[in-house]
Amino acid sequence: MLVTELIPLIEAKNLTPAVPTDREVTCGYVCDLLSWVMSHGDSGMAWVTVQTHLNVIAVAVLSEMACVILPEGIDMEEESLKKAETEGMVVLQSPLSAFEICGRLAAKGVPGQN
Amino acid sequence: MELMFTESYHVARADYTSAGHASASIKRQLKQIGVGGDVLRRVAVASYEVELNLVIHSLGGDLTLNVYPDCVELISSDTGPGIPDLKLAMKEGYSTANEMARSLGFGAGMGLPNMKRNADEFDIKSTVGVGTTITMGFHLRGN
Repeated sequence: MLVTELIPLIEAKNLTPAVPTDREVTCGYVCDLLSWVMSHGDSGMAWVTVQTHLNVIAVAVLSEMACVILPEGIDMEEESLKKAETEGMVVLQSPLSAFEICGRLAAKGVPGQN
Repeated sequence: MELMFTESYHVARADYTSAGHASASIKRQLKQIGVGGDVLRRVAVASYEVELNLVIHSLGGDLTLNVYPDCVELISSDTGPGIPDLKLAMKEGYSTANEMARSLGFGAGMGLPNMKRNADEFDIKSTVGVGTTITMGFHLRGN
């Protein structure tokens, strides 16, 4: 599934419109402990987190993830969004809960790991 | 072995805003040299982990990237405080991270084990009151 297709699936708003969304989502993950994500993150991952600070973008970029998803309409700091656009990381904001987002991804066949 | 490229980055204590700059630069340099795929990802993850360790736990230190024809080497060297019990520090889930680090989502006690998992070679030496040196090697087979 492409990030472009993921956006309507989770009713998301793209907070980084300048970043291309034609990248493949190969797996999904939900976790707010960044050091945990560092050891379980993978390329092509759609990562659901309530964390919004700068280090979220660094973790997503270094792990070559497909996108970061903020659940329940959570906003991301402007500084983090700027970094995301500079580094080419897509950040999506969904009104759904993390549970519902993961449920919809799983129902479409996105696995928990590559 | 011939050293093809070397660069050092200073990492300041408790500088959470800049955390990741050295790792991003290391990843960029390696990409330019032609390192890619799985090795590049493993080096990036390990360098970020070790850079964060310098920010969270050390009094400040340096992260050095050395590139040889058949391997990438990362050396993290700090000026203290040192690790009293290395065996305990290497255990998954054990962390001495402070409240600031934990509030940002760090401090799960996964850093050192994750470095070891991602690197092909891993060595850690530490002396309390002197500092800690971590050396990691990544083989470049087929890159």
